[in-house]
Amino acid sequence: MTTQITPEIIRQHNLSADEYQMILKHLGRTPNLVELGIFSVMWSEHCSYKSSRVHLKNFPTKAPWVLQGPGENAGIVDIGDHEALVFKMESHNHPSFIEPYQGAATGVGGILRDVFTMGARPIALLNSLHFGEVNHPKTPFLVSGVVSGIAGYGNCMGIPTVGGQVSFHASYNGNILVNAMTVGLVDHDKIFKGVAAGVGNPVIYVGSKTGRDGIHGATMASDSFDESSEQKRPTVQVGDPFTEKRLLEACLELMQENAIIGIQDMGAAGLTSSSFEMAGRGGTGLDLNLDNIPLREEGMTPYEMMLSESQERMLMTVKKGSENIVSQIFSKWDLDAHVVGVVTNTGSVRGFFKGEKVFDLPTTPIADGAPKYTRPYHLAEPSAIFNLATHPINRNFNQSLCNLLQSPNLCSKKWVYRQYDHHVMTGTIVEPGSDAAVVRIRHSQKAVAMSCDVNSRYCFLDPYIGAAHAVAECGRNLICSGARPLAVTDCLNFGNPENPEVMAQFERAVAGISKACTVLSMPVVSGNVSFYNETNGSSIFPTPTIGAVGLISKGGRVLKQFFQKEGDLILLLGSPKSTLSGSEYLATLYGKEIGPLPSLDLDYEKKLWEVLLKLIQDKRGLINSAHDLSDGGLAIALAECCFGKEELGAKVTLKENICMNARMDEFLFGEGASRIIVSIEPQFLDEVLEETKQKGIDVLILGSVIKEKLMISIEKESLIACTIQDLKNYYNNGFEVSVFKKGIDKKIN
Amino acid sequence: MKIAIIVFPGSNCDADCHDVVSRVYGHSATYVWHKETSLAGFDGVILPGGFSYGDYLRTGAIAKFSPIMREVISFANKGRLVLGICNGFQILVESGLLPGVLIRNKNLRFICDWVNLKTVNVQIPFTQKMSQDQILKLPIAHMEGNYYADEATLKNLWDKNQVVFQYVDNPNGSLQNIAGICNETGNVLGMMPHPERASEEVLGGTDGHFLFNSFLK
Repeated sequence: MTTQITPEIIRQHNLSADEYQMILKHLGRTPNLVELGIFSVMWSEHCSYKSSRVHLKNFPTKAPWVLQGPGENAGIVDIGDHEALVFKMESHNHPSFIEPYQGAATGVGGILRDVFTMGARPIALLNSLHFGEVNHPKTPFLVSGVVSGIAGYGNCMGIPTVGGQVSFHASYNGNILVNAMTVGLVDHDKIFKGVAAGVGNPVIYVGSKTGRDGIHGATMASDSFDESSEQKRPTVQVGDPFTEKRLLEACLELMQENAIIGIQDMGAAGLTSSSFEMAGRGGTGLDLNLDNIPLREEGMTPYEMMLSESQERMLMTVKKGSENIVSQIFSKWDLDAHVVGVVTNTGSVRGFFKGEKVFDLPTTPIADGAPKYTRPYHLAEPSAIFNLATHPINRNFNQSLCNLLQSPNLCSKKWVYRQYDHHVMTGTIVEPGSDAAVVRIRHSQKAVAMSCDVNSRYCFLDPYIGAAHAVAECGRNLICSGARPLAVTDCLNFGNPENPEVMAQFERAVAGISKACTVLSMPVVSGNVSFYNETNGSSIFPTPTIGAVGLISKGGRVLKQFFQKEGDLILLLGSPKSTLSGSEYLATLYGKEIGPLPSLDLDYEKKLWEVLLKLIQDKRGLINSAHDLSDGGLAIALAECCFGKEELGAKVTLKENICMNARMDEFLFGEGASRIIVSIEPQFLDEVLEETKQKGIDVLILGSVIKEKLMISIEKESLIACTIQDLKNYYNNGFEVSVFKKGIDKKIN
Repeated sequence: MKIAIIVFPGSNCDADCHDVVSRVYGHSATYVWHKETSLAGFDGVILPGGFSYGDYLRTGAIAKFSPIMREVISFANKGRLVLGICNGFQILVESGLLPGVLIRNKNLRFICDWVNLKTVNVQIPFTQKMSQDQILKLPIAHMEGNYYADEATLKNLWDKNQVVFQYVDNPNGSLQNIAGICNETGNVLGMMPHPERASEEVLGGTDGHFLFNSFLK
């Protein structure tokens, strides 16, 4: 421990000179190398949220049904019957770019631990993946690696991966995003927190042994990429889902005993963050005996032990005297469980190794005393404004529709989710491919709807409205399945916070999420910030991914987006007005990414939700399907409603005046908020019209469900006329065609 | 009927099988930990799906050494009913109760999907309520479901009427579209598709009924 702390060493630890001065002030002395390492990871952006905290405090986080807001391992919402949902989303972007399989796999492993450490059994996984453009040479490799990594981990764990999104854009060419979300189920009286309390109680280490993998992973996640990033491969951890499965079962088994005081995953910054955070929450101290840490490799130093990010490990404090039950249960599952320390009242976390004290740091400054930065922010002005009049209309609407359906962002993602076990646990009642995934809770006959979404082009064009759109769309997805939205988690992926334009995107996005979550009564209960998503100075599109959960109460109706019955009437709820400005149509077919964005009236959105939810849950079954209109507008949404199991299509015939002088390309492919397609039993038409009009929601009768074809016409003019089979071919083959260049020779008419 | 559901470390369809046997079909289901050494009192055994021992080394290759497997083998040899689903099927071939092997899917990826099966042998205790050439819609979820055996073994399977299910559209490259086989005496069935995932309408299908109503009495 005699290494001299030089400016070079400080720089290698990603600490600024000012931050080092703060450390000296807190300690009143020079730290040794282990202590410097501990500060560096705990004060990293990844662990300390030092650039984001000042903004995140603006999130609405409370509601009567919120049992746990941000600050714990995951958020918790009440769903009645003494049950609650525990959920969170987290990023694993940097590791996944460097080593896609292991990076993505351990991302899933980490977010699972965050949820089961709270006592919940995970019931569903979702993910939001953003890759570079499909023609970038690395993209197919990254897509294959990430998807099989997620599959490899989640499938082995036996937790269904039920939903998510996959998008492609050049801004992710050098920095992909892998955001993973877990939803778990817990009984109210079995919720555990990450706290170390009760002086004299033992601290127990359970799970895998500690190796040298992942050292400084949190620091890597707090740095930008350049050509040398490949050399960081050794800092990516290696996942072992088999160990995690046993860890899950052993932890849940132990939680049935009256033994655990507190428990926390050793995630980013491993033993360091778990020990300091647990002591921090308990207002206590810990003495750790590093000689007892089970090691995978010989000759590991205290520095390496404290900073290792080996996977599948947990730290817990248990009641004195319950060591035996712990070791009994963990040895049943062939897992290590070792007493590695004791809770103290010193207010410090101290480490001992071979009879020597190797670090001694006060709990508070490390756990809560990280610097907070109000970084300067300045929003860049949009470079151009879209003008419809100067954009020539392409009247071959069939061709545009087919091209869009086949495009990487809109095509079916079945190639992806077919690799995820989405049936295990026999709970999945709405499979991937519909607006929201729905998982039933067997014994209480309730169901949970989940969605995760963001339109990053929207957020690039206008981070405030774009982020609010993400919240609204996520909630709308839940509504379409019949669920009442409860709360959201977020994963805020941005570029370098030291760049004022990036910081402005962040500040605006957080404000947009806050506003939308407040009006729509969906508090933010957990989340994660990932900065420094840039390569060689070029930032990703701002990507505030939103994950939402909702509840379908006992015996409630559950809907899919697909038409169910020939002869049903098709209605558009919400405004028929839409705009091509900012749309997927312009971006994909014309390479134009210009705003302004479609506006979003949150109060109107809220009213739409209330009306539709009431209609859906009417016991008589008025509504047979509901589908949110998003990327690609009305024509894409109608096509997507036809991709259910039966060969059902739609015939839409409109009178000219109804389109309010919109241009036909705008009517078909324009985008707008607060719009939902429903199919209804014809005999309930008057009732549905009455109910919606009464609440001030616009309704347009589009047409009816027919067999085999999608036909859209205005008066006598046919705009779209395609067979569903043809549309399905484009939609289903699009992913392999665009990402893996599998040829289909079929000509588009 | 009293059914033992064997739990290996890494099993993950054990709870689903337990739930289906007990809640959906009203029979008795009991978890039996892989380190146990007796199956006394049980009328049937299910080896559930999952990733026993993480599928390390080779699927099912380590599970066959679990203490309970000696009992499962002797249980089967007494003519009692043993059903292996997915990883359970892989364990049955590794332990020699069924011939052949299950290798990696032809596309080298995990496949989770609904498939159609055609019944081939409807005379064994697991299929007696099915009709010949009946089409069953069941989910699959596996990385190693590609059935392989040498020609002599395959010929023998057909000669002894041991092919029980075939895929209508082969998803994984299995030789002769084989999705499920039984032993010569018909009391041991291994199948890649998951009947327990298709036993309630709300899950998208109920063709699992045909199997469980044959098996559970």
